[in-house]
Amino acid sequence: MRFMMLVKHAENLSGPPPKELMEAMAKLSEEAVKAGTLIDSGGLAPTAMSTRVRLSLGQVAAIDGPFTEAKEVVGGYAVFELKSKTEAIEGALRFMELHKKHWPGWEGETEIRQVFGPEDFPPRP
Amino acid sequence: MTSTDTHRAIDAVWRIESARLIAGLARIVRDVGVAEELAQDALVVALERWPESGVPDNPGAWLMATAKHRAIDLFRRNKLLQRKHEELGRELKTQQETAVANFDTANDDDIGDDLLRLVFISCHPVLSTDGRVSLTLRLLGGLTTQEIARAFLVPEPTVAQRIVRAKRTLTEARVPFEVPRGPDLAARLSSVLEVIYLIFNEGYSATAGEDWMRPALCEDALRLGRVLAGLVPNEPEVHGLVALMEIQASRARARVGPAGEPILLLDQDRTRWDQLLIHRGLAALQRAEELGGALGPYALQAAIAACHARARTAAETDWQRIAALYDALAQLMPSPIVELNRAVALAMAFGPAAGLELIDTLASEPSLKAYHLLPSVRGDFLFKLGRFAEAQPEFERAASLTRNARERELLLDRARACAGGPTQPGPR
Repeated sequence: MRFMMLVKHAENLSGPPPKELMEAMAKLSEEAVKAGTLIDSGGLAPTAMSTRVRLSLGQVAAIDGPFTEAKEVVGGYAVFELKSKTEAIEGALRFMELHKKHWPGWEGETEIRQVFGPEDFPPRP
Repeated sequence: MTSTDTHRAIDAVWRIESARLIAGLARIVRDVGVAEELAQDALVVALERWPESGVPDNPGAWLMATAKHRAIDLFRRNKLLQRKHEELGRELKTQQETAVANFDTANDDDIGDDLLRLVFISCHPVLSTDGRVSLTLRLLGGLTTQEIARAFLVPEPTVAQRIVRAKRTLTEARVPFEVPRGPDLAARLSSVLEVIYLIFNEGYSATAGEDWMRPALCEDALRLGRVLAGLVPNEPEVHGLVALMEIQASRARARVGPAGEPILLLDQDRTRWDQLLIHRGLAALQRAEELGGALGPYALQAAIAACHARARTAAETDWQRIAALYDALAQLMPSPIVELNRAVALAMAFGPAAGLELIDTLASEPSLKAYHLLPSVRGDFLFKLGRFAEAQPEFERAASLTRNARERELLLDRARACAGGPTQPGPR
């Protein structure tokens, strides 16, 4: 089963993540790559560099960031292939524990979303 | 957390940690069977305690420490293993206090070496093929006996028996828990690759049953392949195998129709191919080639798969290159199956008559006598040459030979299309 992890946090962070956190996250990623489970990941540019193309009330419009009204934004993502959702939860718990340990005061969340695969579209009779 | 949540969490922890746990224990006790029992014992303790105490912060280290204590108890009870007991006692004494921290920070090379030993021993040539597959999925894939049985459509006791027998064979043959060196390495590695690809193929084109594919088994094999690529990063054929599996798996979504029927490669909707897996597969193939392994059997097959992956439409496929790659593969590992595939490539590159000429040399091949793809491919060539009366019995024969129900329907469809003659629309 494939899962996308979306890491969300307040956009205006007090400075860059501590070095210890970056190192711990790199190690966790490396382990997951070695375990054959992490198949893609990336960090996202701040919303100041981003654009939303939105359809609303019949109008399509491009709106440039930053999106100050958003409480939390997606800061990064990772794609995993795992055996079950609980395996995904276990991985996300470990990831968030690293933040707890290395970045006091940081708040945010990892949202776990399953990416549908062929097994999720059962044959129609 | 409710107790059900905890049990699910324990399942997940087991999936993540079990291979490393068993590998580390096997190094200490020098017996894979005993190592697995100790790991299982630790899991039972976790199932008893964690619902009360909660899942510990470092569950892997907790399981390892618990299993090591079980090992000590076991050795105490068994005076014959006095020496090992002392050995383990010493190791535990020095590690006990720091076991938790150590497990986390243990040298990655050590864990890697342990895992690699476990890979080689699970795929050891003294074991039967069934034994290797079951043991690999159980010890390295973290699958339960029940899951393996379901994946291979065999009764659970059969799988349990295969595992017991395999572990006994390893103990009786006194197979050392080590990574083979020197000239042994190549042969042993190819046994490992064979087991992984066999697992993948069982998932990719199920040989029996109602389903055309069992994607979970493909994912298990891919995961094992990626782990192995991390453990022996300088072995080109490992990257070749990973490339082959990634690219084949990229088509999973496109090769089953809405009613569960198989859709053949050239008829697939390529927009449904998984570009992430294709990208990974092409990168792995490049790695194999950079390591000088372009002509390895898996790298060649991956290169063929890559030709399809790179073609945005079926019509853009570079069949001449595919025919040349099959030619190289046929020289490297001559086999009727490779010749059959080469015939298909020749037909696509130079017309069905060229393919038919090659395939007719295979007609008396004893190993293909009951192989459904021989009449299926021959039928296809004849059909394309407009020789419908000859094509029909070939498709019917192929249908009678396949064990896959979905494939049989597809072949019978094609046979019926022949009966209708050229006025009927062609098959998919």
